[in-house]
Amino acid sequence: MTGDSCSLFEVGHRACGGCAAALAARTILNAAGKDTIIVSATGCMEVFSTPYPETAWKVPWIHSLFENNAAVASGISAALKKQGRKEKVIALGGDGATFDIGMLCLSGAFERGHDFVYICYDNEAYMNTGIQRSGATPYDASTTTSPAGKCSMGNRRPKKDLPAILAAHGAPYVATASIAYLPDLKKKVQKALETEGPCYVQVHAPCCTGWGFEGEKTIAIAKLAIETGLFVSYEMENGTVTRVKKVVRRPVEEYLREQRRFRHLFRPVRNDAEIAKIQAIADKNAEKFGIDIKIKK
Amino acid sequence: MMEIMEGSHAVAHAVKMCRPEVIAAYPITPQTHIVEALAEMVANCTLDAEYITVESEFSALSACLGASAAGSRVYSATTSQGLALMFEVCFNTAGMRFPVVMSIVNRALGAPLSIWNDQQDSISLRDSGWLQFYAEDNQEATDLHYLAYRVAEHKDVLLPAFVCFDGFILSHTYEPVEMLTQDQVDSYLPPYRPVLRLDSADPVSIGLFAAPDYYMEFRYLVDRALKGSAGVIQASGREFGEMFGRDYSALVEEYRLEDADCAIVAMGSICGTVKDAIDDMRKDGIKAGLLRIRTFRPFPAEEVRKALDGVSSVAVLDKNISLGAKGAVCMEVRDALYGTQIPVQGYIIALGGRDVRKKDVRNVVDLTRSGKGDIFYGLRNEVLK
Repeated sequence: MTGDSCSLFEVGHRACGGCAAALAARTILNAAGKDTIIVSATGCMEVFSTPYPETAWKVPWIHSLFENNAAVASGISAALKKQGRKEKVIALGGDGATFDIGMLCLSGAFERGHDFVYICYDNEAYMNTGIQRSGATPYDASTTTSPAGKCSMGNRRPKKDLPAILAAHGAPYVATASIAYLPDLKKKVQKALETEGPCYVQVHAPCCTGWGFEGEKTIAIAKLAIETGLFVSYEMENGTVTRVKKVVRRPVEEYLREQRRFRHLFRPVRNDAEIAKIQAIADKNAEKFGIDIKIKK
Repeated sequence: MMEIMEGSHAVAHAVKMCRPEVIAAYPITPQTHIVEALAEMVANCTLDAEYITVESEFSALSACLGASAAGSRVYSATTSQGLALMFEVCFNTAGMRFPVVMSIVNRALGAPLSIWNDQQDSISLRDSGWLQFYAEDNQEATDLHYLAYRVAEHKDVLLPAFVCFDGFILSHTYEPVEMLTQDQVDSYLPPYRPVLRLDSADPVSIGLFAAPDYYMEFRYLVDRALKGSAGVIQASGREFGEMFGRDYSALVEEYRLEDADCAIVAMGSICGTVKDAIDDMRKDGIKAGLLRIRTFRPFPAEEVRKALDGVSSVAVLDKNISLGAKGAVCMEVRDALYGTQIPVQGYIIALGGRDVRKKDVRNVVDLTRSGKGDIFYGLRNEVLK
């Protein structure tokens, strides 16, 4: 799918069919090349790729804890510097590790300016533990800890704007990407690796199991997130947005109705008011980043 | 050369001579003088190390773990709340077999907040798989760092180590310390040669998850290595003695124990006071002696049993308490003496920096000889009303 004939991320791992995170891992590794050290946070990717005594990683790989991958990466980066080694360091974490529990270590590592890349595969909830809400869960998504019910429409808060937070740390390069556009992801990973200092790439990675859609639709769903404006793919260099993926926008409903986590917006009765709120989030994104391609009539 | 030095500075100089490549630490009283001294050395290029000014103790040890995984010798120092914040990483570091050496400048744990000394912090990590050394004075606090790296990095050990010494009582006290030269340290402590490291020339995966069919074996191997480290400590401590005149081959120290009637068991700086008290008691015909535990993990049960053979009573001074049970050292000593008829009395003493005087030690011996123990010693009853 990436056009790479030889992968550094071995087949035979335990990810679900249609797993976007696995696709992201393969793309990231093939972009980074073999002289890369990976630091994984605890999470789906870590678990499905390294059940002892097996590993899918054909580059040096370490997992320590859930919330410390940025700090472990700091230490590795410092040791490589001291030893005069040139390998690249990538810390990989899901959105729970990145947005929530690992925020302290992440902030510290970015503020100190270590030369490493942090990549978050963002599937918008704690999937490894069974689909619980995280700081990356979007508004109204039903998860097992933010279930839609008689008096709740699911998650009550919008997604945390982590790229902006890390850009505010002075990160020289911050990018968002989607597994629907692998060549773009690959380019962004390479750019992050080429840029000195702490860089961040957030990859939108739909989870068929957690979001509730068939595995063969992963790419289509990821694409819809971009095309509705609910996830914006962009690059920030030294705090300024320098490139944005523009789209001919579709209504958010086309994205929402495909997923079980938003089913309560349509059944048993359609909730126009809530759908309108989500549309407003997309409209705000579109305005903020200027993603709309205007079609002349 | 003998120098009058503050404990923290003596330790910092010892650490410097161990040539750590990466240092990661977060400031906390009473550890700060060590990490400040090291930062100054790095700033003046007298120590060639990467110094990571982390945002928390949790990250301090995590960064050390990463740097160790990349093949560097690493160092950190902490105490009390800082060590508590590292709890998760401590278990992880030992489980992943990284020979991190960390100074623990012993301090009480809150609540209530206390910056003063006891040994609750490191004792609370006794199950984490780290070696634990306890120093009586600053000479030992200094020397134990050389020993700790030697033992931790030994291919049959590969476990992290705490070098514990009492906050303020040692860390902020000026004492004469015989410092080794760099050449002497280099001749004792070779450069770190990792058995396994993150290296793209030979990729390995470290830190895989283990299902029930593998987990127990990993835990067994850590336990076996930790128990086996006793032999490495003995050999490395003996070699230190042969090279520099101070022998650390024993995991315990005996003081006037050979003909003792009542034995006191303790760890750390309190032992200096205990020794003086014993000398006084001996003059008055009270046959007291001391068994000092220098290595709490691995616990030297066999040495303890041998050393206490023949005494008629034992008083254990614990600067810690397993709340709801007993002091940690007391429990270990009772376990070591299981099957003998020697009565063991436990005393929780000197928590949160409360002073212990020679007369307190004598009181404890009196209590022990009259069979009264398993108490908090020296409570102010007027406060408890």
